[in-house]
Amino acid sequence: MPAIEQTVRSLLLTELAVGLGVTFKQIFKRKATLNYPYEKGMLSPRFRGEHALRRYPNGEERCIACKLCEAICPAQAITIEAEPREDGSRRTTRYDIDMVKCIYCGFCQEACPVDAIVEGPNFEFAAETREELLYNKEKLLDNGDRWEREIAANLSAEAPYR
Amino acid sequence: MAEAGVWSTYFYPLFLTIGYILAIVVPLMLVLAFITYFERKVWAAIQLRKGPNVVGPFGLLQPVADGIKCLFKETIVPAGANRMLFVLAPMVTFSLGLIGWAVIPFDEHLVLADLNVGLLYLFAVSSLGVYGIIIAGWASNSKYAFLGALRSAAQMVSYEVSIGFVLVTVLLCVGSLNLNAIVEAQRGLWFFIPLFPMFVIYFVSALAETNRTPFDLPEAEGELVAGYQVEYSSMTWLLFMMGEYANIVLLSGLSVILFLGGWLPPFHVEPLMAVPGVVWFLLKTAVVVFFFTWTRATLPRYRYDQLMRLGWKVFLPASLAMVVIVAGALHAFDWLPR
Repeated sequence: MPAIEQTVRSLLLTELAVGLGVTFKQIFKRKATLNYPYEKGMLSPRFRGEHALRRYPNGEERCIACKLCEAICPAQAITIEAEPREDGSRRTTRYDIDMVKCIYCGFCQEACPVDAIVEGPNFEFAAETREELLYNKEKLLDNGDRWEREIAANLSAEAPYR
Repeated sequence: MAEAGVWSTYFYPLFLTIGYILAIVVPLMLVLAFITYFERKVWAAIQLRKGPNVVGPFGLLQPVADGIKCLFKETIVPAGANRMLFVLAPMVTFSLGLIGWAVIPFDEHLVLADLNVGLLYLFAVSSLGVYGIIIAGWASNSKYAFLGALRSAAQMVSYEVSIGFVLVTVLLCVGSLNLNAIVEAQRGLWFFIPLFPMFVIYFVSALAETNRTPFDLPEAEGELVAGYQVEYSSMTWLLFMMGEYANIVLLSGLSVILFLGGWLPPFHVEPLMAVPGVVWFLLKTAVVVFFFTWTRATLPRYRYDQLMRLGWKVFLPASLAMVVIVAGALHAFDWLPR
């Protein structure tokens, strides 16, 4: 009997019809597409995107040139040079991140004792040349100023879990 | 006086024919371009995507953008290729996709060439289609292209046979090779109802004939990259694609004429009769093209041996048996066309 049933089924192409039915039903379902450049998906507050150097509310840069981020960076993407400023505080004279080397692991922001270097929510920083991805201190501080609101909100949202 | 005679005997009919040809080919080209858009939208819908929606309103200008993109690319002829044949092959495929339309009746009397052997002509044209592909595969001097072309040749020849028998059963029911007569014979009942198994066999063979999924082995993106098209770029590639789509539409149109009543309305009621036959013909063709698209979104590719088994061990005996059964029934019940 199973042989006959099998033959009848394959002759009547039932499986084909069922398969076509399944795909036809999909046409009327809601689309899953996110219309990307116009619509964006939700990002976690823990999202690790483009780096930024933050400042205190009075405008003083947070980074104290402890070089913990440079030491922990597994890709050795961070280069820091520092010397004491005229007022006696330790500040960086050079803070470069090679965004091409960076693996976005987030160790630098974990290591930072003063929340100076952070990875912000921006992930749309593609550039046309490699040189544009070699960030210096000026660019990083500029990022910090631009994204401060989002970064601060994300840090405070994450604070209870740290 | 003599000049006028030359004009009315030779040039006037020539220009008239060229005009008719343009009237068919120009809309056909537009249809071919927009079928790519239609297909992408259907596949997108089935896969829960939106499909092209950026270029122009609802992405309607996508085919135009694709066309321009293709034109501006470089035509590369491989060093080891046979230059003349390499360039000739896409032209052959493309023109064979177009010349079939000469005998397709869009409406009663709305046909470029009302041949008595229209069906035979179409069968011949679709058989020639294999030449474009095998020339392309050989002239490319590339193993992938050559394998694709060999598969394609074997596949098209195999399924040609069962298509032939399907055409024979329709002929038996009509008693004429003229496509208009075939449509006329379906005034009472469309042939896809009494000849349903033949309709299925015809549709599946048409899929194989046009190298569409689940029979797209000649292209086989997975193993053969793009089969016989692998060395083609720019305009030559575009001609292949256009030829392929022209063939798809042609075989869809043929299935409408053979089984779905051509330009006849579905029911003989007044509001439907008022709609011009062209509209019915195009609408039915669009439905069949949708079926082509739908199967492509549903079915995975056949293995080569399965393809050959289906063609020679299932379709050939089945269609042969149906020819005998249909002929026997026509004779036994005295339904033979007079």
